[in-house]
Amino acid sequence: MKVTHLLMGMPITIEVIDSQVQFSEIEDVFEYFKYVDNKFSTYKSTSEISRINRGDVISSGYSKDMDTILNLCEDTKLETDGYFDIVKNDNSLDPSGLVKGWAIKNAAGLLKDKGFNNYYVDAGGDVQIAGLNDKGNPWQVGIRNPFNRYENIKILSLSDIGIATSGTSIRGQHIYNPKRRDAQLDDIVSLTVIGPDVYEADRFATAAFSMQRKGILFLDNLKHFAAYMIDHNGIATFTQNFTDYVSPNV
Amino acid sequence: MKKIFVAVIVSGLLIVYSIYQKLSTTPAQGNTSTSTNSTSNTNTGSNLSLASTSSTGQTSTTYKDGTYTGSTEDAYYGSVQVQATVSNGKISNVQFLQYPTDRRTSQMINSQATSMLSSEAIQAQSANVNIVSGATDTSLAFIQSLTVALQNAVK
Repeated sequence: MKVTHLLMGMPITIEVIDSQVQFSEIEDVFEYFKYVDNKFSTYKSTSEISRINRGDVISSGYSKDMDTILNLCEDTKLETDGYFDIVKNDNSLDPSGLVKGWAIKNAAGLLKDKGFNNYYVDAGGDVQIAGLNDKGNPWQVGIRNPFNRYENIKILSLSDIGIATSGTSIRGQHIYNPKRRDAQLDDIVSLTVIGPDVYEADRFATAAFSMQRKGILFLDNLKHFAAYMIDHNGIATFTQNFTDYVSPNV
Repeated sequence: MKKIFVAVIVSGLLIVYSIYQKLSTTPAQGNTSTSTNSTSNTNTGSNLSLASTSSTGQTSTTYKDGTYTGSTEDAYYGSVQVQATVSNGKISNVQFLQYPTDRRTSQMINSQATSMLSSEAIQAQSANVNIVSGATDTSLAFIQSLTVALQNAVK
């Protein structure tokens, strides 16, 4: 069963292969995304993050999930040498670069807790993948061509793993370099990261993208990650272990 | 140590990049199967080629098939030289002909550098997929796309 909703400003798709799945169980998972959106959306004036940014909440009054997210953001900033930074120019906080991957991972955890083994949760192209597809094979995952959204430029075979892509292709430049906020990030147009889970893949894809060409070197030095980077001339640079994930059927 | 590693790779990538740029200006010279480009003359239209590729990506750059050898460049710890192969008008392979090996440290750095990362021109794939990973759609783009799809569906 496959269900798509438009939430958090993007299409979110959940597909569960296990035959016992009920529609209401998938809807429960979408309720979780709504909860996350209501708490962390900087576009909603009533969200906790908006109230924090207006100074309406003191730090001792933050919810448990807010504390968790802000701590994870701080850890990620240290792990990426400052390239991941949620403090904006006006000193407000925008943790959305981390919240998405975290929410997808937790949503997939809810499906696991319900006893499902074969599913994926895809939020705007960042995906947590479990088990096998309806044909009993690893899930076939395309990497979208950053120059033509109707084309894939790589087909991967994935199971029990996370994948995330950062880029400039559709939204325009939604990632900035926190160290040089005026810098244009237009050399690298797409950076796909495969990691132990979508949370790990997404946060490191976001940070490495802001590093531009250095990003692939940063990812190459991480254990348990594979990466595929595309520059504005359509030339890809990838880590050696990336080829382990390329679908053998193509 | 890490900084040197990064510096060498970045210089390597810069050189590869300068050759891509150079390549895009060479078809007029009428290369056959192999030619050697010198990057010492760099001010002949490279700005123009960059401008023409930046907005539309790889589509507007056409290369002539063949194997192109870059000039030897000083990469601080030694020399770097690469060779690019063009097939069907696209860069299909980039090889290092030379990289620094004259010191123990640089040898180690570069054996990592050239073995861990690979390069290729992207190519469209037609196989069916379950999922697509790409930069995030805005809801607006999603709705527009859906609208067009539905318009086509009723014809």
